[in-house]
Amino acid sequence: MDIARLNINELRLLLDKKEVSVKEVSEYYLDRIDKLNPRLCAYLITTNSNAEKMIDKAQKRIDNKQSLNLTGIPLAIKDNICTEGILTTCASRILYNFIPPYESTATKRLLEQDYILLGKTNLDEFAMGSSTENSAFCVTKNPWDLETVPGGSSGGSAAAVAADMCVAALGSDTGGSIRQPASFCGVVGLKPTYGRVSRYGLVAFASSLDQIGPITKCVKDSAIILKTISGNDASDSTSAPVSVPDYEDSLGRDIKGIRVGIPKEYFIDGMDKEVEKVIKDAINHLISLGAEPIEISLPHTEYAVATYYIIATSEASSNLARFDGVKYGFRRHGKDLMDMYLKTRSEGFGAEVKRRIMLGTYALSSGYYDAYYKKAQEVRTLLKTDFEKAFKNVDLILTPTSPTVAFKIGEKSNNPLQMYLSDIFTISINLAGLPAISIPCGFAHDMPVGLQIIGRYFEEPLILQVAYAYEQSTNWHQKRPILD
Amino acid sequence: MKVSAEDVRYIAGLSRLELSDDEIQRMRTDLNDILLYIDKLNELNTTNVEPTSHVLDISNVFQEDIPSQSLDVDRALANAPDRQDSYFRVPKIIE
Repeated sequence: MDIARLNINELRLLLDKKEVSVKEVSEYYLDRIDKLNPRLCAYLITTNSNAEKMIDKAQKRIDNKQSLNLTGIPLAIKDNICTEGILTTCASRILYNFIPPYESTATKRLLEQDYILLGKTNLDEFAMGSSTENSAFCVTKNPWDLETVPGGSSGGSAAAVAADMCVAALGSDTGGSIRQPASFCGVVGLKPTYGRVSRYGLVAFASSLDQIGPITKCVKDSAIILKTISGNDASDSTSAPVSVPDYEDSLGRDIKGIRVGIPKEYFIDGMDKEVEKVIKDAINHLISLGAEPIEISLPHTEYAVATYYIIATSEASSNLARFDGVKYGFRRHGKDLMDMYLKTRSEGFGAEVKRRIMLGTYALSSGYYDAYYKKAQEVRTLLKTDFEKAFKNVDLILTPTSPTVAFKIGEKSNNPLQMYLSDIFTISINLAGLPAISIPCGFAHDMPVGLQIIGRYFEEPLILQVAYAYEQSTNWHQKRPILD
Repeated sequence: MKVSAEDVRYIAGLSRLELSDDEIQRMRTDLNDILLYIDKLNELNTTNVEPTSHVLDISNVFQEDIPSQSLDVDRALANAPDRQDSYFRVPKIIE
């Protein structure tokens, strides 16, 4: 038996039948991380020493026959999600020593089931990037080709799942940061509806767009984790007071007659031809399972990237003002308070974070606010309306997750605008606040391709139903990179 | 170019960032490239369009005013780069 390949329910069964202990499973994963991480840099830290207590608690719960879905299941957490007493750096020098005095709501809900935290995964600094090259500590490699990027910003989480260095992981998605790396690494990544999962304890990048979600090996694991972490939270006033369904219930249902919209704006000139073919094959496969295709238009799609880079950077410039060397993190001493602020922030932040703070500050500065920030918020309304109109005639929307497969390390790192444009198919979904999943649907140029399925607000069950139907009738999700 | 080196210095000041001359030149090029792309938004007439700041229809979230446990001083100060007694310590502000 190969523990590495198991999904949550398979491992659940073995743990509950006492065929393996939580300790054996955790040690297996920690060994595997020790072996692979020097090459992949998926993890920033592992929690060897903290793991023991978690292991004991989980094993006791299993011994008492009180195990829950995630009891004893080893997971990885993106390092911008606060874990009490465990280093949380956002892959930034400015938080290199930050130990949160509180637990994020999402991980608290995992802890309530006694999951096992294996470690914290790498990301683009403060989740700003599409390749995980912007980490202050190391560049994560794509397990399918160590010379290419895993995508970003949740590149560490996606690489860790793809390389079987955990059972599943949490990521965060502001403009595609769960779905694009899931697509590049051949795994399942779900960005829930804005407000579905509490953002309490997620270090804020762009608060009106950020959302935590699962990165998993299969659709069922995504449903299980989503069910655990979702729900209203008094600590996040933007979390939605909407009840949480059992996301496993819709899995296995027939998809006959479900209307799927194919937006013509997502099949553009300049898109990789091999990727396009893989996506069209995937859509045809869903049609063969009974889905009804309808051509639709989302006319403002081409304005999404420009809109996003005003709204996200404006919010970021405000959110990141708190990093000043006073209360936590890195401090560089200066001759007076202002000098300390300047030196701390200039040495603490990397180039991309500075660029975004600068762009956001410019967009919000006196005289430019109407031209940039207000204009972008108006276009955001148009983008949202595009989706609302489309969803009057279709139940789901199918698109590629990314116009290309994973690109080479260094290929786009000197051209910020090119890098921004790699998020072209994921960004509108955050601006509209909708839920969307990326699932593996084939290979182009020997690298994984992801199909994106977008749903109406809080209709994750329908997304998961169709994703599961696709997955169970194909074998892409069983493919693994060769690493040993 | 829209943004001058002087503008970059001004924005850096507002952002509490200190940039070297090289960084200013690089930042100026990057910002101008990005802003040129963002000008695309002006192709759209948005005269009667309401701005969206928040996607969900949630407003005025209130809670019962029930006191609960807050962080104790030592835990709140545990990450402080510099502390004195129960305070964060910073360089002198008032002459």
